[in-house]
Amino acid sequence: MNMSNLTGTITKNRVLVVFAFLLIFPFLAPYEALATDVLIYGLYALGLNLVFGYMGVLSFGHAAFFGVGAYGTGIAMVHFGVHWVPSIFIGILMAGLTAMIMGAMAIRTKGIYFAMVTLALAQCVYYIVYHMGELSGGEDGLTGVSLKTVDLGFTTLNIIREPLSKYYLVLGFVMVAIFIFSRIINSPFGSVLEAIRENENRAQACGYDVKLTKWVAFSISGLFCGLAGALSAIHLSVVPIESLHYHQSGLAVMMALLGGMGTFFGPFIGAMAFLMLEDIITTMTSHWQLFLGAIFMIFVLFFPRGIWGSILHWISRR
Amino acid sequence: MNGITLELFVMQMFTGLALGTVFVLMAVGLSLIFGLLTVVNFAHGAFYMVGAYVGVFLMGVTGNFWVSLVLVPIVVGTLGLVIERFLVRPLYGRGIDYPLLLTFGLALVLVELVRIIFGLEGQSFDVPEVLSGAVNIGVGYFPLYRLFLIGVTSFIVFALWLFIEKTSYGLIIRAGARDPEIVRILGVDISKVWLIVFAIGTGVAGLAGVLAAPMRSVIPDMGSTVLVEAFVVTVVGGMGSLVGAVVAGMLVGVVVAMTSLFWPSLADLSMFVLMAVVLLVRPQGLFGQKGLMG
Amino acid sequence: MTIKNENMSSAGLSRRKIIKGAAAGAGVLAASPFLLNIAGAADDTIKIGFPVPLTGPYGSEAKEQALCAQMAVDEFNAAGGLNGRMAELLVRDDKLKSGEAAKRTQELIEKDKVHFVAGSLSASVQLAVNTICADREIPYVSISQSDAINEAKNFTKYTFHEAMNPHMTAGAVGRYVFPKEGKRVAFLIADYAYGHEMARGFKEAGKAAGIEIVAEVSHPLATKDYSTFLPRIQAAKPDVLCLCNFGYDQMNSLKQATSFGMKDQMRMVAPALLYNQRRAGGAAAYSNVIGGTNFYWGLEDSIPSAKKFVDAYRKLNAGAPPSDYGAYGYAGVGGLLAAVKAAGSTDADAVIAAMESTPYDLYKGEQHYRKCDHQSVQSVYIIESKAEADMANEYDVFKIVAEDKASEDVLRSCSALGLG
Repeated sequence: MNMSNLTGTITKNRVLVVFAFLLIFPFLAPYEALATDVLIYGLYALGLNLVFGYMGVLSFGHAAFFGVGAYGTGIAMVHFGVHWVPSIFIGILMAGLTAMIMGAMAIRTKGIYFAMVTLALAQCVYYIVYHMGELSGGEDGLTGVSLKTVDLGFTTLNIIREPLSKYYLVLGFVMVAIFIFSRIINSPFGSVLEAIRENENRAQACGYDVKLTKWVAFSISGLFCGLAGALSAIHLSVVPIESLHYHQSGLAVMMALLGGMGTFFGPFIGAMAFLMLEDIITTMTSHWQLFLGAIFMIFVLFFPRGIWGSILHWISRR
Repeated sequence: MNGITLELFVMQMFTGLALGTVFVLMAVGLSLIFGLLTVVNFAHGAFYMVGAYVGVFLMGVTGNFWVSLVLVPIVVGTLGLVIERFLVRPLYGRGIDYPLLLTFGLALVLVELVRIIFGLEGQSFDVPEVLSGAVNIGVGYFPLYRLFLIGVTSFIVFALWLFIEKTSYGLIIRAGARDPEIVRILGVDISKVWLIVFAIGTGVAGLAGVLAAPMRSVIPDMGSTVLVEAFVVTVVGGMGSLVGAVVAGMLVGVVVAMTSLFWPSLADLSMFVLMAVVLLVRPQGLFGQKGLMG
Repeated sequence: MTIKNENMSSAGLSRRKIIKGAAAGAGVLAASPFLLNIAGAADDTIKIGFPVPLTGPYGSEAKEQALCAQMAVDEFNAAGGLNGRMAELLVRDDKLKSGEAAKRTQELIEKDKVHFVAGSLSASVQLAVNTICADREIPYVSISQSDAINEAKNFTKYTFHEAMNPHMTAGAVGRYVFPKEGKRVAFLIADYAYGHEMARGFKEAGKAAGIEIVAEVSHPLATKDYSTFLPRIQAAKPDVLCLCNFGYDQMNSLKQATSFGMKDQMRMVAPALLYNQRRAGGAAAYSNVIGGTNFYWGLEDSIPSAKKFVDAYRKLNAGAPPSDYGAYGYAGVGGLLAAVKAAGSTDADAVIAAMESTPYDLYKGEQHYRKCDHQSVQSVYIIESKAEADMANEYDVFKIVAEDKASEDVLRSCSALGLG
């Protein structure tokens, strides 16, 4: 089998390849909580990648969807005593709603202005949640989102004591999301997104409703990021206010770029590389930001395709 | 609202305008690079911070505030020169995202280098003796140092305006911002012009840092909020517009001051609401030209 | 709900696969194959997890905390440990972010199998660490200020609070300042839980002194420019301005208020005046400011345990004295290890019982944990910042002007906290 066939095989069965890898991943990661974080941030970057990678629009406001997803789930559980499963869907829906509203305002602008408007709107969301008092916990964050056991019918997972069970619980949700994401990318809608990325005017001329497409993509992207946030609330047992901060938006952009924007695996590879690198460097030196920043610059300068994008490019050139 | 007299209101208005000049000072370097090079300099806050630290260092060596005030922009501008030449230049023409992402990484590196060199502790930097104290401005006491800042900011803005609008260099810069291809075809070395603009932008950021040092604590993280504030001012004013940056800075200052008076805890939200509203009504900003960039 | 079912079965499927692959044998469904055995960690070192913000704006305080906590561990080991069992401190960087702290604490418990956790330097981060530890039944000693951690909503039997709380410090400063400096009081409050907790402490003390609140301005957390908040306070002409903010917010507001000439018009007071912040901010900005502290190295002249601690620290740090937050690290971990020794084991319940019943004196005079909320009852020292001219050397920054004696009476009552 030659190399381009290999890439073809990977691409065709990409969902299965991701599944297989993520199933064994916790045994490769330094510890389970980190592996779970990789899942969550991989999904978060995947959501951003729909607009950033596939549609070519840079958003600096995706923290709003991650954060609202986390707060929506957390508040439903802590203050209203809702069961954790519907709480997750409440979080996703709230994030989707936020994305619809923010998207409707932001698609009026283009290019760098789009990044700035999303940043400004996300900061507004940050302050609104910050000032919700008891409901959000303000600066203290929301504490007490403790999901201790999960009843699966045939067995009970004690996810507080068994971090590995928690990983597979989160993985269940992430796999469904990945499957849906893959279907979206393969659909005609996915092709329109790429057409917009390549040439917005031409896509418009071909009769596509570019603005509507952008808005729909932005909203869908918000749903995925919202799920990531909801899962992070369960994972951490707390929802920190910084999950809405613009640094959190920057994180998704960094991960997508590091892994390879516009590629299917990229965001997960990026999240994995970022979090594991950070984890390793942090234990060696308190100056981890120096290395992180330098690595990031090297990627921008020399490997703009990202890790996975560069690998794909390298393989397909053979 | 009890306790709010006309005198307090006027004082608050003045404070807001003075704060506006601080915003202008902090934003003008970013605005210049943003508008003329279409580079979003995410390391702007880091250059500001480096300026403050270079100022602390020079104060230690020379013991003279005025000497450091002159030397800081030169040192930081030179740093900017090197960074533009070797890191930013390879990215021109690759789309607006790349310089933004590069400077994002650069900011992390600069902050960490300062941590390594100067340590984690904050540095103390006092207001020079001649500029310390408060003066009565009729409606209350106001710090002399902030009045001094109004003067410095006016001078810098005026000098930049002269440079861009009245010199032949400025002509090339303005032409380059509109259509670099044409300028290049005309035989002008546009890359040299961009190099200089980048150096000036970072130099002014450094100057803002050293000027802020006596008011704010000098710590490696001091630039992170400045970056956001500078963005707000630049975007509200419109990219590439010096007038816009000045008007927007003042506007943001007054909005923040009035919010502080009536709903103090919402003061930091107010500028983002202002930015969102302006962008929705007029996406190119108050003084920005439509279609300057995709 | 079909979506729900789909999710559940997919989670179940993956789990089944793993059980087949990873854990051999049948009947594993009843007993959990992945159970983390926290109590029976294989090697017998006593492990203490220590998440503090080594990076971020309070890195210098965090470094001090870790350094002094290590001193406590070294002293415990030098004295023979727990019948030969040595202690180990595992320092982690929480980056001053509660999400990062939650993840790091999970790592400490799951991967490193720590017996105890101590640390943190922020009200919000300690609440996150507290949740993680309580869920996993690991005793946690917080060494950062907060009122909320003592309240029923957050308190569990695993929660200990070694640091002072804002109610204590603000109250102590208020009781000292209001009778002396005047009744017209203004507040500048950082708009978050900790800021409002400090203001509440001042007001409680002010009730007894009969103060009149002439202005109350709250500013967003981490504000850099205070100029727009100050004219309102100035116009109210207060005798005392209470700065209910912390660290760099305190430094910046103080510097800028001084430039407005406010220090000549009113007395500035702060509930927690930090040693490192004072040294970074300079004498001019802080001079004549009155505040509270848990510890100042000048206590070495009057308290034997303080002298012992300061001497030991100086020996390790080229003559430089320890800071207030460093002392918290020392007492937090030192107190914990003393309880381990008293309990004769690392069993959580035994150690908790020992901590509840044993008073300790590690660096500032006697302290004990109040039974209902595990707040460390301790003296608050009132200090005044010296002007440049009065300083004997660079470390000589404060003058101790009073001691607010350790007493449960100055704490909020157990019932007010919702704890019976």
